[in-house]
Amino acid sequence: MSSDNQQPFVTDSSKVGTATREARLSGQDNRFNSRLREAFGSSPFILTKFDKFMNWVRGSSMFMLQFGIACCSIEMMHTYAVKHDLDRFGAGVPRASPRQADVIIIPGTIVSKFAPRMKRVYDQMPEPKFVIGMGSCTISGGPFQEGYNVVKGAEEVIPVDIHIPGCPPRPEALVYGVAKLQERIANGESSPVTVKPYELEEFGDLERDEIIDQLAEEIDVEDLVMRYNWADSP
Amino acid sequence: MSVELPADADAVQTPAEVADLLGDLVIGREEHLNAPGFVIKPNSVVDALRRLRDQAGFDHLSCVTAQEYEDRYESIYHLTSYDDRTQEVSIVVPADKENPVSQSANEVFRTADWHEREAYDLIGIEYDDHPDLRRILLPETWQGHPLGQSYDQDQPQVVPLREHQNPLLEDQTADNDSETMYLNIGPHHPATHGVLHIKTVLDGEQVVDLEPDIGYLHRCEEQMCQNSTYRYQIMPYPDRWDYISAGLLNEWAYARTAEELADIEVPEYAQIIRTMGAELCRMAAHFLALGTFALDIYGDFTALFMYSIRDREKVQNILEELTGQRLMFNYFRLGGVVWDLPEPREDFFEMTRDFLEDLPTALEEYHDMMTSNEILQVRTVDTGVLPPEVAKSYGATGPVARGSGIDYDVRRDDPYGYYENLDWDVVTEDGCDNFSRLLVRMREVEESAKIVEQCIDLLEDWPEDERNIQSNVPRTIKPDDDTEIYKAVEGAKGELGIYIRSDGTEEPGRFKIRSPCFSNLQTLPEMSNGEYVPDAIASLGSLDIVLGEVDR
Ligand code: SF4
Repeated sequence: MSSDNQQPFVTDSSKVGTATREARLSGQDNRFNSRLREAFGSSPFILTKFDKFMNWVRGSSMFMLQFGIACCSIEMMHTYAVKHDLDRFGAGVPRASPRQADVIIIPGTIVSKFAPRMKRVYDQMPEPKFVIGMGSCTISGGPFQEGYNVVKGAEEVIPVDIHIPGCPPRPEALVYGVAKLQERIANGESSPVTVKPYELEEFGDLERDEIIDQLAEEIDVEDLVMRYNWADSP
Repeated sequence: MSVELPADADAVQTPAEVADLLGDLVIGREEHLNAPGFVIKPNSVVDALRRLRDQAGFDHLSCVTAQEYEDRYESIYHLTSYDDRTQEVSIVVPADKENPVSQSANEVFRTADWHEREAYDLIGIEYDDHPDLRRILLPETWQGHPLGQSYDQDQPQVVPLREHQNPLLEDQTADNDSETMYLNIGPHHPATHGVLHIKTVLDGEQVVDLEPDIGYLHRCEEQMCQNSTYRYQIMPYPDRWDYISAGLLNEWAYARTAEELADIEVPEYAQIIRTMGAELCRMAAHFLALGTFALDIYGDFTALFMYSIRDREKVQNILEELTGQRLMFNYFRLGGVVWDLPEPREDFFEMTRDFLEDLPTALEEYHDMMTSNEILQVRTVDTGVLPPEVAKSYGATGPVARGSGIDYDVRRDDPYGYYENLDWDVVTEDGCDNFSRLLVRMREVEESAKIVEQCIDLLEDWPEDERNIQSNVPRTIKPDDDTEIYKAVEGAKGELGIYIRSDGTEEPGRFKIRSPCFSNLQTLPEMSNGEYVPDAIASLGSLDIVLGEVDR
């Protein structure tokens, strides 16, 4: 290559070989014969079950639903933000749309008016989906359990994988809960539904009784409704 | 009697003068601890309130309390004045037990609209001439009125999911105009700051009609307080009304009311600690307001939101040192606070001073990135305009009122705690727009810092043997039967008032919370109708509501 070349930025690749490239070409360098490869022997492949691999991937990159209900959501925001930085655990991307989310953190008290809406949001999430109940309110109704309008825990409405106690749980607790969930997902575990949840049903399908008769004028038979029974729930 | 205005409508009104003014409308008298009460007939509400507003300067309908007695229903209109908060009068309107109907005050005060809907929803009083008497907090198919006496909590309820039907399926249009489109914002939406549902009718990009639908976080706070004892059990609940770290401010609302009700003294030293703690809470709350506002306006999740959380973390650390909790402090007790400053005190002071020292730089950053940001200016200056008269009619308070140039702050106008003895200013801006409300919050942070600094100085020099954090308060508190009181403090969002009627037991007979956000949110349609959708979102952000307090 002559020095009076008009295009000084075109380099001749044969002259600029770097150590890295040479190592790659010759396959001699330690960097490419890492310990991992040593452990696996000479084969550059890892054999695992596809399911297991998928579970690991799922747990390592969780998209959370940006979902705030009550006081606990303030601590949840703190967990996403600086200092606690949930993103370190591969779980810090809040998505505003349920259709893009894998995990829903339920941060707060669920009341009767909101329960059907929450169910709907949960239904909109694609499978497989996971639920973290944050705070006492999602366990039992918390301090508001006696309230006439309060659903006694998230499990009345949707299945919950991880419960995090506290009122509100500290961000550290939420991080721990998320890590536990990741562990469970990686192990392929999922939670059984412990309570028969409140279902969204068409009004016409409900069993007829006094209250249904009373409401028959106000509600269309095709309207989706949730029957809510304060006294019967645990 | 002459009908012309008194020479000076703002002059102090003695109860006798008010009685004169109301004349034959008055059918009885009551004494509330905070104000004289005048009993009037259910059909003369508008008349009475109009006279009081126009001729005696009672231009602030702070709250409407409804309750059911053994023999009657009752609505109480708590009136006061934006110019002089210490002027108070209660208008008591009894309604028939069998057929509880009472005239609506909506014609005189627009804020009565929502307050009366709430009274209808929870207690069951019906208001004549009300523009739109529907349930507000509970689902519209709810059976019974839960704070009424005959309510059966065990009966099943059915809640429909109508609003959530996909509008695109049915191509929903507004009733008569096919050019408009109906849009649900919320109840699960990132810009609604919680579970608020806004029913919007759009014409292109413009908002034709907008109606906030609340109640998705109605956690029965009033019922909870009515079932708890004064001395210990109520105090944890206020933390959960306005949960944006404003816990101590809310606790103070309850503490102030109950202390006045039960005649409890608070030692000066405890008052200083309270003042300091409360102002720290206010700062934390305003920081979040700034951060989420930036998030609403230009989706700034990376910088400003994180900055504001960073500053909140600092405040929360200080508060955690002080109270032992990050968010739900439960630190006040009737008659004082639960414990003294943490030992070693020097460390605590140093920590707080460090924070205060860094604050000007932090605020500088906020100004750099927010107030001098052109995008933000375009989006907020002259949008969401709320003229002062409208704000007053809706009972707006706090930064929302002060952003509309209304010089009203309960801390100064009806002093409590240690505020009187400190040097600070009430911040007002008269732009009446979203930008002014933002500025008010930012400047209020500075004022709060001033207050905290003075408190720290005082606490540092306080003689060791006079550090009295609690006065002597009996284990059980039983105020006399049928004592009524309504008292307010300046919460982070505005005037946070509590009404308590005692019934001779350890638990309140009626506990009513006047939430500033509830009234402030009511102004949203005024600010947004005719504007663009994104401006409506900006206005909502600038109101800085917190749904826990709106719905209670
Ligand atoms: S658990 Fe406590 S902090 Fe969390 S939402 Fe319930 S009341 Fe609020």
